[in-house]
Amino acid sequence: MTLDLPLVFTALMGIAILAYVVLDGYDLGVGMLMPAADAREQDVMVSSIGPFWDANETWLVLGIGLLLVAFPVAHGVVLTALYLPVVAMLIGLMLRGVAFEFRVKAEGWHRELWNWLFWFGSFLASLAQGIMLGSYITGFEPGFGYFLFDLLVAGGLCGGYVLLGATWLIWRTEGALQQKAVGWTRWGLLWVALGVGLVSLATPLVSETVRDKWFDFPRTLGLMVLPLASLASWLWVWRASGRIRRGDAIPDWAPFAGTIVIYALAFLGLAYSLFPYLVIDRITIWQAAAHPSSLKVVLIGALIVLPFIIGWTVYVYHVFRGKATGTLYDH
Amino acid sequence: MLYQAVNPVFKPARPQNPALFGGEGRIFRPEHPERRLAPRRLEPRGLSIDCPVLKLTKSITWNGSSPIRQIRTPETKPPMDASDAVFLARAQFGLNISFHILFPTITIALAWILVYFRAQYARTGDAGWLETYRLWTKIFALTFAMGVVSGIVMSFQFGTNWPGFMNTVGNVAGPLLAFEVLTAFFLEATFLGVMLFGMNRVPGWMHMLSTVLVAVGTSLSAFWILALNSWMQTPTGHAYVDGALIAGDWWQVMFNPSFPYRLTHMLLASGLTAAFVVAGLSAWRLLQAAGDRAARRTLRTGLVIAAVLAPLQAWVGDLHGLNTLEHQPAKIAAMEAIWKTDKGVPLVLFAIPNEAQRRNDFAIEIPKGASLILKHSADAELKGLDHFEPDIPPVAPLFFSFRLMVGMGMLMIALSWFGVWKTRGGMLPARWLLWTLAGFTFSGWIATLAGWMVTEIGRQPWLVTGILRTADAAAPISGAQLGASLTGYVITYSMMLIAYMVVLTHMAGKGSAPEPGRHAALRQGAAA
Repeated sequence: MTLDLPLVFTALMGIAILAYVVLDGYDLGVGMLMPAADAREQDVMVSSIGPFWDANETWLVLGIGLLLVAFPVAHGVVLTALYLPVVAMLIGLMLRGVAFEFRVKAEGWHRELWNWLFWFGSFLASLAQGIMLGSYITGFEPGFGYFLFDLLVAGGLCGGYVLLGATWLIWRTEGALQQKAVGWTRWGLLWVALGVGLVSLATPLVSETVRDKWFDFPRTLGLMVLPLASLASWLWVWRASGRIRRGDAIPDWAPFAGTIVIYALAFLGLAYSLFPYLVIDRITIWQAAAHPSSLKVVLIGALIVLPFIIGWTVYVYHVFRGKATGTLYDH
Repeated sequence: MLYQAVNPVFKPARPQNPALFGGEGRIFRPEHPERRLAPRRLEPRGLSIDCPVLKLTKSITWNGSSPIRQIRTPETKPPMDASDAVFLARAQFGLNISFHILFPTITIALAWILVYFRAQYARTGDAGWLETYRLWTKIFALTFAMGVVSGIVMSFQFGTNWPGFMNTVGNVAGPLLAFEVLTAFFLEATFLGVMLFGMNRVPGWMHMLSTVLVAVGTSLSAFWILALNSWMQTPTGHAYVDGALIAGDWWQVMFNPSFPYRLTHMLLASGLTAAFVVAGLSAWRLLQAAGDRAARRTLRTGLVIAAVLAPLQAWVGDLHGLNTLEHQPAKIAAMEAIWKTDKGVPLVLFAIPNEAQRRNDFAIEIPKGASLILKHSADAELKGLDHFEPDIPPVAPLFFSFRLMVGMGMLMIALSWFGVWKTRGGMLPARWLLWTLAGFTFSGWIATLAGWMVTEIGRQPWLVTGILRTADAAAPISGAQLGASLTGYVITYSMMLIAYMVVLTHMAGKGSAPEPGRHAALRQGAAA
């Protein structure tokens, strides 16, 4: 039996993208929550993500890198079709990335400006990613109606990132800020419920392929596991955040973990809807794949290196465990 | 619409090697670019366990130009001139990559200088070294962040601006880029956190190791990206199988003929750039507070590194040039503005190359100089540009960039040697010398950018020498989209660059001990 390399690479790319969405999602979410906090809290919030954001964004480079390596044809098609949202996302990521450093070095109104750019960059990047996702689901269909759908997805994704950021802050902060984060979590949950609900209603309307996949009885019944499990996790995060607010003995990472489960389920649903297409209705993973010789080389390299990457990522989260204080950047 | 899959032009790739395009090629060919693509459904293959890549990639040739559905027809919007699209794509990519390279050029070597500071602290226990390490770690962090965010742009622009590049040579370029991400990016990004914020959280040896691993990561990154760039200059080790270009021998792909020279040249360039940043910012600090002991020490460190590396760079640069003469002779002919093949060719010191007339105006020459330098024989024959027509790079940009690079190199040798002499035995140099050094803080950038201009423009009209032409790799992006994004990038980059230079100067001016008490004491010491 030969290995189906394109399938393996699709799985690897999926893992990289899910890792990116969850990891950079929480630090983008924290960035979007900045205006809701006071100056001292902002320092704590940035300190909580300071050691991690850089490696988090590397998962984006890996995901895009794998698309480039394994599916060069799709890379060109997808990225040229998403040209402007990609540029907007990149500019957003640049602004917020350097704002980490600039905001602690600047003084007076400069500092305010970099705080604002940190928020703006986080928001712009999240919004652009949402538009990219929406456009990707519809197969890059042009037209105003589709653009509204893209905006809907973008709104949902921003809410999802805010939820990730808020639950991250529940885990990594304490006291008044943690209490605030519980409130943000609740808002994020409502926003996500609305967003996911609307997107789920709209997706079968905009895509025939997805509709066929979703309403294919009796498979649909098995598929119902995904929304039901999402609903259960949603309720669980809601309850867990409430218990944090009351000070019950519950691990402070629980809401964050629950949010990751919601993300993983949504991601599974998306993967199920789109598979085996890389560009819906047009390019399948096997059509877009690179030559097996280059896939093999990268696969061997990835299998050797990925355990190390995971190993030292775990190590760094271990080193920077515990509650954040606002003093990280006073090094 | 905000974004549109406009597909005004997608030039068919000119087949360089018929084998590459045998049968149904992997390149999209627009037989009927005006035809709207009918949405066509492909049957999913299900979970096949064989590897049907080659069979299926052939069906990628759609009945139109690309799998992007066309939403505008040429009647409603005339296609942009292909050369304009290529020019804009090149301008934008050039801007992005030039901006990006500024920061890795500093961090590759500065990471090792930090290892030195960290090791000195570990060895001596002198708190002064720790303060120095901390100050330069902050400068490193800022520079690194600039490099990371502008580097993410690069990973997207291969696809957005040059889809033809990945379609044609993706099987070689892809794995090299993937290994850069896997081995270098994660290593440096992960341990940077420990290095920057972990000093009180991990044992001393672990912190030292993290500093080393960040430096290893930055150098590894240079290794992979230069392997790819050198392969694009002097491709070896590839093969054609079933019409696709693949790597036949990875060792030959990576260690292609120009790679060892280009890598060494770039690492030394990074060393020089970082050394002048260290020396320049230390000089700036000494202009504010002449008594700063740490700044005197780092000034000396920067100058000594520069004084050692600068002449070494001249030597390696010469070897690199001879290697280029062997493998890319047209590039050398353009760099030296040699229009006609001849014996005993003079060395053109200065001229204004006249592309229309194929000659040099206002030339100042050393008779037989070029033959002597390049062939080590005064009467040796050198191939001129006439020999390589029509595939020659633009001459004037190459000619001037090369002279700018060499000129900067000469100034750097002179300044670093003079500076080392003037700082011997802990001496404080005169203020004019400190001002000069401060002015030279970013001199490495100018030399490095000029050098990259030489090597990249010198490869034209090829994107991958002999395999893929630049014009055939450009993306079908509309001029409006390119224009809008170019504007966005220019504004963002200008702001970031200004902020970067201002903050760096400001941080360095405050010195390594920002506590007000100590700061005041140092100032008094300087005044006394």
